[in-house]
Amino acid sequence: MKTYTYTEKKDTRSGFGAGLAELGRTNPDVVALCADLIGSLKMNEFIKENPERFFQIGIAEANMMGIAAGLTIGGKIPFTGTFANFSTGRVYDQIRQSIAYSGKNVKICASHAGLTLGEDGATHQILEDIGMMKMLPGMTVINPCDFNQTKAATVAIAEHQGPVYLRFGRPSVPIFTPADQKFEIGKAIKFTEGTDVTIIATGHLVWEALEASKALNEQGISAEVINIHTIKPLDETAILESVSKTGCVVTAEEHNIIGGLGESVARVLATNTPAPQEFIGTNDTFGESGTPAQLMDKYGLNSAAIIEKAQAVIKRK
Amino acid sequence: MSNIKHLEDICTQVRRDILRQVHKVNSGHPGGSLGCTEFFVALYNEIMERKDSFDMDGIGEDLFFLSNGHISPVYYSVLARAGYFPVEELNTFRLIDSRLQGHPTTHEGLPGIRIASGSLGQGMSVAIGAAQAKKLNNDDTIVYSLHGDGELQEGQNWEAIMYAAAKKVDNLISTVDLNGQQIDGSTDDVLPMGSIKGKFEAFGWTVLEIEEGNNIEAVISGMANAKAKTGKGKPVCVLLKTIMGNGVDFMMHTHAWHGKAPNDEQLAIGLEQNPETLGDY
Repeated sequence: MKTYTYTEKKDTRSGFGAGLAELGRTNPDVVALCADLIGSLKMNEFIKENPERFFQIGIAEANMMGIAAGLTIGGKIPFTGTFANFSTGRVYDQIRQSIAYSGKNVKICASHAGLTLGEDGATHQILEDIGMMKMLPGMTVINPCDFNQTKAATVAIAEHQGPVYLRFGRPSVPIFTPADQKFEIGKAIKFTEGTDVTIIATGHLVWEALEASKALNEQGISAEVINIHTIKPLDETAILESVSKTGCVVTAEEHNIIGGLGESVARVLATNTPAPQEFIGTNDTFGESGTPAQLMDKYGLNSAAIIEKAQAVIKRK
Repeated sequence: MSNIKHLEDICTQVRRDILRQVHKVNSGHPGGSLGCTEFFVALYNEIMERKDSFDMDGIGEDLFFLSNGHISPVYYSVLARAGYFPVEELNTFRLIDSRLQGHPTTHEGLPGIRIASGSLGQGMSVAIGAAQAKKLNNDDTIVYSLHGDGELQEGQNWEAIMYAAAKKVDNLISTVDLNGQQIDGSTDDVLPMGSIKGKFEAFGWTVLEIEEGNNIEAVISGMANAKAKTGKGKPVCVLLKTIMGNGVDFMMHTHAWHGKAPNDEQLAIGLEQNPETLGDY
């Protein structure tokens, strides 16, 4: 079985910053907006190189979403930057009316998503954002898994016409995807081939899924790890092909299991070929303060939890 | 300037269009629409520099954003009468499969509309973004927006008002329809806002007042004055004093017709007070 290693760890938000900087050099229509979190969103390089194309909005996220919508009128491609909580829940109606319903080409770039924001606690740890965003008609929802994939996704969404929600995080995580891998919106990536169980993971849980697949392999369980970076539109073909072979699935995400990737996968399976499924995610709960590792362990969002669920779901076949 | 009589004729016809639209579907918002008739007619026929054809980006032409989207009947009528789409389409207002949704939207591709509005308080931010895009494009045309006075109770407006002054968005003219009414009563009864003029000035805007917001000549000269104040480092606010329900006597000076359609008899009276000028659709 194919195994993955890494030599370096980096935060996915830095992947966003690197992608945005590249866009600053290659696409003159790209503009960036931030609500007082330049450093946290790693937007410094873009701003330094393109000061006239950067808009510091201040702590006013609703205004930021509206201004972004307005900037598209005149041909700009606005990238908004703030924490995931303030990128979604705080401004849901602005996104709904001024961006999604109005069909505006805004890229909502959201850092510090999920539990791995860590010590700041539940006020900032949004675990409902994928659900909110995927429900909006016309919204593309992307949750990349490492620095390279986040950078590639950032660059790719500038070429996509329409609103996009790009979700990434704060902690340093292994870089295990190739730097030159082209990002195709809506196209799943198969990391390992397997026959006993499919593990479908997004974001920070992809590395954990790969770690789990290694351990499962040692137990004689052949796991197929699929990275769904684009939660909407969902690569239904990849899901159905894999699950028709393995007969069961574990979904893994740093998000509430209500409204997340797992439910999207369950809908695809239920309407095509129903199969046993287990869910890795938070279970209808808020987070709390702690280190990212402590939180991911406490809420069952790591390779150990994936291994357990994989063993359980196989028994249900 | 166009012949004032001609502009007044357009206003009369627009008032008819408003009444007939809301009557047909027994829903919609005639009060604020009637109150803003002269403003819309002046804007689209006299004030804005605009192209005959519509494209979303609107580069090289003035843009308008309606923030209080519920007054769609006046917006649709004036857009149709200005040639953006056939006036016959006013017949489809609020009907299934129509481009003339209850509140304006880009979703159905109606020419003239650049943003959806209806959920209040969002339009000024959008107008600011469009104005800043114009600056990036070295496009010296102007962005106009319209807001209800009650709508200013939405907090997003004040984020936008603060930002526009701080960032010197001086190619923006935001007009507030000061009719003193909102759904539950007068603005003073529902939530007194104090001096709106004082607030805009304190936030760093240039503020102009149009005392007779239902006098087409006063609106034109007031808006021309506002236009002359653009490009001077400050956003411009126009406080437009209007009478809700203007032009239909029983609808005037009350919030009762904010979101209520006339019955057959009331329609007949309203139309009698506003005889056909350009031809009904």
